[in-house]
Amino acid sequence: MEIERHEYDVVVIGAGGAGLRAAIEARQQGKRTAIVCKSLFGKAHTVMAEGGAAAAMGNVNSADNWMVHFRDTIRGGKFLNNWRMAELHAKEAPDRVWELEAWGALFDRTKDGKISQRNFGGHEYPRLAHVGDRTGLELIRTLQQRVVALQQEDEKLHGDAEAYIRVFAECTITELLKEGSAEDSPISGAFGYWRETGRLVCFDAPAVVLATGGIGKSYTVTSNSWEYTGDGHALALLAGAKLINMEFIQFHPTGMVWPPSVRGILVTESVRGDGGVLRNSEGKRFMFDYIPEVFKDKYATTEEEGDRWYNDQANNRRPPELLPRDEVARAINSEVKAGRDSPHGGVFLDVSTRLPAAEIVKRLPSMHHQFKELADVDITAEPMEVGPTCHYVMGGVEVDADTGASSVPGLFAAGEVSGGMHGSNRLGGNSLSDLLVFGRRAGAGAAEYIDGLAARPVTAEETLKNAEIEAMAPLARTGGENPYEVHHELQRTMNELVGIIRKPEEVKEALEVVEKLKERAANAGAPGGRIYNPGWHLAIDLRNMLLVSECVARAALIREESRGGHTRDDFPGMSAEWRRKLLRCGVTPDGEVVVEEKQQPPMRDDLIKLFDRAELSKYVTADELADFDALVKES
Amino acid sequence: MSYKANFRIWRGEGGEGKLEDFVVEVNEGEVVLDVIHRLQATQTPDLAVRWNCKAGKCGSCSMEINGRPKLGCMTRMSTFTEDETITVTPMRAFPVIKDLVTDVSFNYQKAREIPSFTPPDNVQPGEYRMQQIDVERSQEFRKCIECFMCNNVCHVIRDHEENKAAFAGPRFLMRIAELDMHPYDVADRKDSAQEEHGLGYCNIPKCCTEVCPEHIKITDNALIPMKERVVDRKYDPLVWLGNKIFKRSSSTGSKTG
Repeated sequence: MEIERHEYDVVVIGAGGAGLRAAIEARQQGKRTAIVCKSLFGKAHTVMAEGGAAAAMGNVNSADNWMVHFRDTIRGGKFLNNWRMAELHAKEAPDRVWELEAWGALFDRTKDGKISQRNFGGHEYPRLAHVGDRTGLELIRTLQQRVVALQQEDEKLHGDAEAYIRVFAECTITELLKEGSAEDSPISGAFGYWRETGRLVCFDAPAVVLATGGIGKSYTVTSNSWEYTGDGHALALLAGAKLINMEFIQFHPTGMVWPPSVRGILVTESVRGDGGVLRNSEGKRFMFDYIPEVFKDKYATTEEEGDRWYNDQANNRRPPELLPRDEVARAINSEVKAGRDSPHGGVFLDVSTRLPAAEIVKRLPSMHHQFKELADVDITAEPMEVGPTCHYVMGGVEVDADTGASSVPGLFAAGEVSGGMHGSNRLGGNSLSDLLVFGRRAGAGAAEYIDGLAARPVTAEETLKNAEIEAMAPLARTGGENPYEVHHELQRTMNELVGIIRKPEEVKEALEVVEKLKERAANAGAPGGRIYNPGWHLAIDLRNMLLVSECVARAALIREESRGGHTRDDFPGMSAEWRRKLLRCGVTPDGEVVVEEKQQPPMRDDLIKLFDRAELSKYVTADELADFDALVKES
Repeated sequence: MSYKANFRIWRGEGGEGKLEDFVVEVNEGEVVLDVIHRLQATQTPDLAVRWNCKAGKCGSCSMEINGRPKLGCMTRMSTFTEDETITVTPMRAFPVIKDLVTDVSFNYQKAREIPSFTPPDNVQPGEYRMQQIDVERSQEFRKCIECFMCNNVCHVIRDHEENKAAFAGPRFLMRIAELDMHPYDVADRKDSAQEEHGLGYCNIPKCCTEVCPEHIKITDNALIPMKERVVDRKYDPLVWLGNKIFKRSSSTGSKTG
């Protein structure tokens, strides 16, 4: 079959916040850039982000700055974060938000006309730039419109709007192409197919930026859209790059639990940021019982103090409903298991008794709409029922913090598909800002890499041939496995056996199931033709979901402690020894997943000094604490 | 609580196709898109449908359900009786690729024809100051999830392919209004709205407003005010005089030149 060929400098895979920001940067640096995405342009999962983008602009509380944001991020991630990423993120997020405004974004305002900022879990000050509860939509639309603005510029300059930046929508990448087969052979392009026509397509390019988002579609109850099949994670592994922190998965504490068809759809954390409270079936605000030791001095111990905090943050501590997401998700899980659950197996999230109806509609318009239309619930008059939902993977491609470069020359990653920034748990609001900061950096990193190349790497024809055979195989198989059934079984397995609380025997069982599903997936068939055939598309995506699920399960089995998005039933505590270790997944040439331990580099002196000794002592080993004491003494 | 529902779904590709009948299980709380997914998993694995977030936020699953433009993910099965046959067809104003999936490239083409946000040269990022009340008008239009159902239902293009070249459709006329009402946009958009993007074709029947899943008042808040702005410009005596003088001098110039 004839393969359509395109030549670009940079191919960005994914058109969410990170992908678009990376593409904009590459184009602004004069590189010919292709954006390849599975959905239509402007539909990526970023639109689902509700709460806001965290950036220490200090518009609402002038005490905020990058150092406070950095500390909050590291605390939220339980000190496992890549500290350089957390530093860059905290420092650059305000510029990235302001830049959006100059591209036409319209954030909600403060009284003095600046960008308004709202409270969120784990953030010390009001920090999230937002537009009601549809911030993700604003972000993606603004970036989409920025791409269009650049195309209009190119039309004027070159007579061709697509001369320097072109969107290949509804196009799926199935393989990354390299010049050779060694782990460190350079990237030479990407191969895939058009969803609309089934035609095969090859991009020849020396640099590829992965911005494919997460892996939530391996779980039954998830807030993620169908696109989240772990494509970038798997493509990176198969190209020889490494994944870190795959055991850490964020279960957002508040997903819808009823009706069954919408189970998992997100209920924004802004509900709690704006005053909403969690109650069990006995009417008790149970979060006061779940404040962990490390956060004891930062959260209110009585309802009265918690309630006062909304109006007077200087003299009160924040309510425990605003603990980081991992803590709240585990607490809800415990309440449900203890039998204090709501009628449909969740807990109550109530804002109706906390704010006037008109204020609720104004601050939380999408939530009001969503519950009314999908569940017949009026959130201004009655509580919502919510429970944990698979939301975000902290793990991803191991990258250089400054450039987004992976260990494979020419391969970059940004956003959810990259790992390290959020440690073991991401704070709400830190995702949108992450996309912008590291999307830009990866785009710039790719441009710089190309400038340093003597010649463009070339793909061997044989590699292309193999990619074609693999992509077309499901269509040729008559009477093969039903890919939908394989997918459902994987989702059930991960949901039940590698969920919020992990037991080693269950994780081992999950690994056995995944092994069997791999065989079934390899035999998946797709009746019908090549034109827009969802069964075929899913059969291809299965490889990625299975590979990524295996990484999650293997890493979860090895890490013998509980931290952030990884809770082990048999090791309930945090371990200072484990804090220093990252689990790094790779794939051998014959497709075997291998996990190795890697030492986490110690935090730079000036950054660790931003923390006080008492707090550090809760996380680090005695040796590390001694080093810290010596450091303080020295200065 | 579950029952068997009768569905009639348009299937086909390459300009040909027909309605096919299906009997499929429906459970409590489900929406039309859930039922289509069940069909894919159990009866028709290659049934094409576009979708993404399944929460009414991305605008991918636009389709016509019993002849009305709807998002499949926000149309609850409980709004139909159990013995009703539910007919699902692709959006009519756009060419069908396959089954329920249409070629919506018209919309992306139009998006590119509207000049982008144009801030003044002397304002740096971080210096923008706007009052909430001044951004709220444009914010309403930015709620748009680009489901393109307003363009699909608009009579100017729904059955008049020939008007497509000259008409941006409610979605992108609203985009012009959004930019025109943006406190920092300095581009002049009034003449081009009328002359290049076809604002005059709209005779305000409000079909677009009626189908908008975000409940944006497209006609009342975007199109009519934009029409008023155009008219103000056209019939303002001072502007008229200014244009006359400007035109005369330029035509004189061309004569002597």
